[in-house]
This record gives sequence, C-alpha cells and structure tokens, in this order.
Amino acid sequence: MKAFAQLLDALSFQHGRNGKIALLRRYLETTPDQDRGWALSALTGDLSLRQAKPGLVRGLVMERVDETLFKLSYDYVGDLAETVALIWPEQPGANRIPSVSELIETVEQAGKSELPGILSSWFDAMTATERWATIKLITGALRIGVSARLAKTALAQHAGITPDEIEEVWHAVEAPYEDLLAWLDGKGPRPDPSHSAAFRPVMLAHPLDEADLETFDPSDFRAEWKWDGIRIQIVGESGKLRLYTRTGDEIGAAFPDLIESLELDATLDGELLVMRDGVVAPFADLQKRLNRKTVSATMMASHPVHVRLYDILIRAGRDLRTLPFDQRRSELESCYQEQAPARMDLSELVPFKSWGDLSALRSSILTTGVEGLMLKRGDSAYLPGRPKGPWFKWKRDPHLIDAVLMYAQRGHGKRSSFYSDFTFGVWRNGDIVPVGKAYFGFTDEELQQLDKWVRNNSTERFGPVRAVKQELVLEVAFEGLQRSPRHKSGVAMRFPRISRIRWDKPAAEADVIETLEAMLP
Amino acid sequence: MTKAPDWLKPLRGGLYCEPGDFWVDPTRTVDRAVITHGHADHARPGNHSVLATPETIAIMVDRYGERAGAILEETRYGQSTNLGEVKVTLRPAGHVLGSAQVVLEHRGERIVVSGDYKRRRDPTCAPFEPVTCDLFITEATFALPVFRHPDDTTEMQRLLTVRETFPDRALLVGAYSLGKAQRIICLLREAGHDRPIFIHGALEAINATYRRFGIDLGDLRPVMETPKADMAGEIVVAPPSTLNDRWSRRLPDPVTCFASGWMGVRARARQRGVEVPLVISDHADWDELNRTLDEVAAPHVWVTHGAEEALIHAAKLRGFDARALSLVGYDEEAE
Ligand SMILES: [Zn+2]
Ligand SMILES: [Zn+2]
Repeated sequence: MKAFAQLLDALSFQHGRNGKIALLRRYLETTPDQDRGWALSALTGDLSLRQAKPGLVRGLVMERVDETLFKLSYDYVGDLAETVALIWPEQPGANRIPSVSELIETVEQAGKSELPGILSSWFDAMTATERWATIKLITGALRIGVSARLAKTALAQHAGITPDEIEEVWHAVEAPYEDLLAWLDGKGPRPDPSHSAAFRPVMLAHPLDEADLETFDPSDFRAEWKWDGIRIQIVGESGKLRLYTRTGDEIGAAFPDLIESLELDATLDGELLVMRDGVVAPFADLQKRLNRKTVSATMMASHPVHVRLYDILIRAGRDLRTLPFDQRRSELESCYQEQAPARMDLSELVPFKSWGDLSALRSSILTTGVEGLMLKRGDSAYLPGRPKGPWFKWKRDPHLIDAVLMYAQRGHGKRSSFYSDFTFGVWRNGDIVPVGKAYFGFTDEELQQLDKWVRNNSTERFGPVRAVKQELVLEVAFEGLQRSPRHKSGVAMRFPRISRIRWDKPAAEADVIETLEAMLP
Repeated sequence: MTKAPDWLKPLRGGLYCEPGDFWVDPTRTVDRAVITHGHADHARPGNHSVLATPETIAIMVDRYGERAGAILEETRYGQSTNLGEVKVTLRPAGHVLGSAQVVLEHRGERIVVSGDYKRRRDPTCAPFEPVTCDLFITEATFALPVFRHPDDTTEMQRLLTVRETFPDRALLVGAYSLGKAQRIICLLREAGHDRPIFIHGALEAINATYRRFGIDLGDLRPVMETPKADMAGEIVVAPPSTLNDRWSRRLPDPVTCFASGWMGVRARARQRGVEVPLVISDHADWDELNRTLDEVAAPHVWVTHGAEEALIHAAKLRGFDARALSLVGYDEEAE
C-alpha cells in the first residue's frame, strides 16, 4: 500500500498527461504483479470498492480524537477523508501495513462488523498519505484525474506495445490480471478476447485538408454524414451484449432501452443519438443521458436513443476487419436485414460524382445533428486508432464570432506560469456578458503575447484569475451553440477556440448577443 | 495556581518589558529591542539598540545595512545580560540559524518567549533547549492536530524519486530564503545528493552568511549563468514566489515542488499549483508544541502567532492556564 498511496498522492498533484504516464510507468516497473494488478483495476475503474461510507471513518476517528479538536481541524481542512487521515493518532509499530492486494481482498471479504476494527488497526500503522489513499479506495472516491485509457496507455508504454493492443484483450481479463501481465512481460500467451463480448479498438478519421482533395480520385471514396452524437460499439457475442464508448468504457447499464431486448451476434460501429419521430435531436438532449449509472423510465420516454450504424467488425464470429470497406458495407447491410435490430438504422451513403458536388452538399445541408461529412476509402480495412490516409472527417465550417476578453486564468503544468485560459464575452445592452472559455487555438508565440497583455492590463486579481480591461477582441471559432440556463448569457458553445487575436479591432465592434441567439438550433 | 508574572506586557507594538525597558520583536521602531531571529516580521529595521545572537545580527546587517540599528549588541546562546532590573539570556530555538528563545528573569520569576521554534533536528542550526519557567509564550503556527510533519528524510527521498521519474525536467524547489532553503540543501547533501544545486540569485547573500557561520552547503551554482538545457534533471532552489512566475521559464519544463509545513494540507498545495508538495517545516508541529508545553512546565501559557484556539483547548485540558495573545503585525508564517 505504501507505493500505491504514494502513486495516488503524486497523481493527484500532477496535471500533465505525460507526467501522469511517467508516474504510472514507474509504479508498474517497480511493483510486484498482484499489487500492480489490483492497483490497475482500481485506476481503470474495473474495481470499485464501496464497502465503507465516509460516516464510518468519521465514527472511528471520533473514538480517538477530542471533539473540539476534530471540529477545528475539519473546518480548516475542509475534506473529511483528508482530515481523518491527518488527525489519526499514529501508533508506530502497532501493526503492519497491508499490501494493495491484501487490503482489497480483506475489505471485500470482511463482514460489516469486522471492518471498523480492521481499518483502525491499519490506520494505526499507516502514514497520513497511506490513510488518505486507503479511505479514498474503500469509499469508492478515487478521483485523481486518471482515465481508464490513460492507465492502459501507461501499461502499454511500459510493455512497449500500443494501447489498442491492450484494449483488444482488456475485456477478456479480470483483476488482478495475472495473465495479462504475464503476457506483457513475455512470460505467457496472449489472453484470448473471443467469446467475451470484448471491446475492439475503434477506427478514427483525420481532419481533411481541403488542398488534398485535388490529389484524391472521387471514385475511390465513399461519403457519409457525420452525426453529432457519440461514437459507440455494440457487441453481441455468445449471448452477451455490451455497449462501449469509443475509448472502451462500458455504458450499457445506462441504456437498457437499447440493449435489453436486443439479440445480436456481431460487433457494430455506430453513432448514439437521441431521436424523435425519425429526427435527430440536438446534442444537448443526448448529453442528458450520458454520464449516468441508471436511467428513469420518464427519461427513456422523453429522450429515446437510437443508433445509426456505420460499420461492422465481426459477424457471427468472423472477423471482418481486414476486409475492404465496400465489402464490410455489404456485410453490414445484410446483417442489418437479417437481424433487424430495433432502434437502429443504417448510415446512408451520400452519392456524389465530384468533390464540387460534395462540397455543395456539405454547405447546404440544414439537417440538425449533422457535423459534416465522412470520407472513407472504399478499399480501407478497419484499423485501430487514427491511421493516416483511409478516413477523413470534413466538418462544416465553424461558426466565428468576435468576442471581448474578460478574464484570464493561469494554466496547469507546463503552462502554469502563463495566463492561458481565457473567458470572453459579447455585448448585451451596453455590457459585456461572458459566453465562453477557451484555452487553445493559439500558437505558443500568441500565448506569450496574450500572457503579456493580460499582465499589463489587469484590473483585479482573485487567486489564479485576473480580470482585464475589456479592450482586446478575440475571434472565437466554435462548432455549435446550445441554450444553457447555467450561463449568464443563456448560451453555451461547443469546442470554442481562439482562432485569431484581433489586435486591430476596437472592442465596440465586437459581436452582440443577438448574433449568437440567432445561431441557436 | 500562582499568579502569572505581570512585568511583560502585550502592547500594540509587541511585547514590552517594563522593568527592563525593552521590547521583544517589536513591530514598530523602539529605543531598545531584543530580536529572536532574522525573519522579516520579527527583525525589523530602524530600532536604536538591538540585542540578538551574532548570527541574527549578521542576517539583519546583510538585509538592512545601517538601518539594522545604531547599537548592535551580540549575545551568544547561554550568555546573560542585565537590561534594567531584568536578566536576559538567549537560548537556541531550533528555527533557523541564530534563532533564539528569550529567557527573562526578574524578582525570582522566569518568563520564556519562544519566538518561532521547532523540535526537529536541523543541520543548519542549534537544537531547541527547553527552559522551565513560570510563563511560556509560545508560537502556534501549526497548532492543529492535522499538522504532524512527517520525517524530513522521507520527504527528501520522495524528492529524489521524483528526480528519477522525470530525468528530462528540472526540479524547482520553492523554499523560504532564510533558513528553509539552506536546510533543504543540507538535507539533500545528507541524502547523498552530491550534484551541483542551482540557486536563484535572491538566495546568494543569505547562503554566504550561512557559510560564514560554518554551514557547508556544497557545490552551489547560479541559475542565471547556466544554460537551460544543462539544468535538466537538476535540482533548483528558489524563493516560493518564483514557482508560478515567469522566472521559471528559464528552466527546462520544471516540476514545481514547495517545501513548507503548509503543504501537509492538499488544498494549500493545490492552491499554489504545486506538483510535489514537500512537508518540511521550520515550525513545531502539533505534537512538538504539546510536548514543549509539558517540558517547560509553565503553569501559565500565552499562545500567539497562528491557530491559538486548538492549542489553548488542548493545554487547558491538561491543566495549564492558557490564553490567546493577539499580537498584531506578524504575518501568517510564510514558510
Ligand atoms: Zn520565523
Ligand atoms: Zn514568525
């Protein structure tokens, strides 16, 4: 537990992706199998212990600490787990610190009445950091900014393979992953992912550089609309049905309306959408159904989900991924006809003769929910990750507005000495109201200029944030707009980024809120 | 219980000793001052005559030049001086180089003003000596039971592990210029780190003073004269204000570390955007404060300089007559 506690502690302060990976790699390299396996399962969210409620640890500490002193301390620290971890009166030598695997196994097997005694005896022997990590682990509150994907990426780098090779077998292995770790260390065979309804890594597209179109032959490509939902994978295998996000997170539990009555023997790639009477609803509607563990009947009725199918990876045990797109498409069509899954349809192939045709279609389409076009080579195999060449996304032109910089906040990690997060606004009745926040889109050189401008034009400081003179105009690009009662301006942007700094433009000429309201779907 | 001695008074400008006609760590200029240690909120410029340890006087002269005081009277630890009707003796406080407790004796009563202190071993200064007394005036910077500073050797090991994890990045360690910075350097040396340590220009004068008093800091080099690429994998010690400052851009992708007792609380570390909080303090933690109260065994305790409420509560539970002493003019310890 010592090393794992130190890892969690270090991760909780490390903002940078590379920094987190370096910490994880070091841990994986220096920790024995059982422990690193369990640690991995905790980090990827596979394991979630919820044996103890925060109230339990509070009760334990109150038996040992004066009430007034506890209250003063809790007021100061503000976090219960941390207060308990820090205030616990240590008894060095009183006990032995368990290993991660010992800790997890003990907690999982312990009866309700035994747990308090076990915890106390561990806490007596632990340091504050170890107690903090233990409380986080056993209360299921391990929020340290590491995604499952990031943990797998670190594991892949440690083993010298790609994260997708890990994804490929991930759902075929179980914590503490002895077989997976043995394979990665070259001491065992590759775990077999068939028959487990495992996630298969998803193929992604590169943004299209329009200049490249000249060199492409239109007859080599197929076009489909790019729908504004979330990419998912539906796997039916050996009677099991699973629904995954494109990063391999399982989300089936939140969509019983989709999978409960589904019978499928295939792995399909598609877009999850909210659809009413055949019309795709705005992304905001889909968002209401995401990030929840369960869903109410009311929600299922008011926000019905639907899948638009793009591709097929496996059909009745046959792996189709090496076949060209055109062949997979006919397999997809016949599979769809044969199994006729409810709440699904096929993504339409958009016919076109020339790039000019397609470009005209792309700019004239008014259907909601369309983000642009996908171009796929007819001969492309289904490859994991984002290979260069076979697939392109050709988004609609972004919306642009001129906004006024209002606040700037210091960034994290590499950017911690720069003001790099910018809140901007537009005019409403003679005042500037905030409409969004962007932290990319500019070059390093522009960041230096912005940082300097912020420092020289601050009007107020609160912690890492500075308010600035409302004088600098930023051209902001974004993908879409939705109503948001949580924002003062009533609107919220998707993917805002700073496309240009308008040093030349006076703030008075920035856009007004009415311009944005006119863009709402 | 006996009455508390009444000849040392908490006044607006600090602690005033009437029968000796002097002030301890005055916050406004006075005729005669006794100074516990060189930190700027305790040692202020412009007093007429100053009594302090030779180290503290050297630190004050470095910082203030002629404004350190017209008459500077050096007193070594354990040596007594009579000021008016009061015998004044300085005893080590273990806080920073030259730091002292002020022991005052008058009419058969003894008062000890702790100044800032700690009880841990510190290779850069003499260890705290408990002196039994009738009235003990204690600091309380970390007087909450959530402050139990870990062993400094484990903190240093952690820092060296970070260095191994990020071999291409510089380690920027923020440390208070007087005391903490030199202690960190010495602890690194003890932990076996014998590479050059890179130093912010603001630390140079005080490092020189420490060296003059025989503290070996090893090979130190100025950051200013070192090319950026050469500092990858190296440790840089600088004042805490540089952590998120433009100054840090001259270092290769620095890992920001901060050595301070405040780093024991996660929110404090996060507030400053610190990546590696090192809990190393020059102030006594909760256990040290309570142990000290027991050792000096003063029936009367005045608590100042921090989280008074908790320490007073704990002291009262053990039978001490404890009360808060609100002295204005001292900052929250920037340590
Ligand atoms: Zn001090
Ligand atoms: Zn102080």
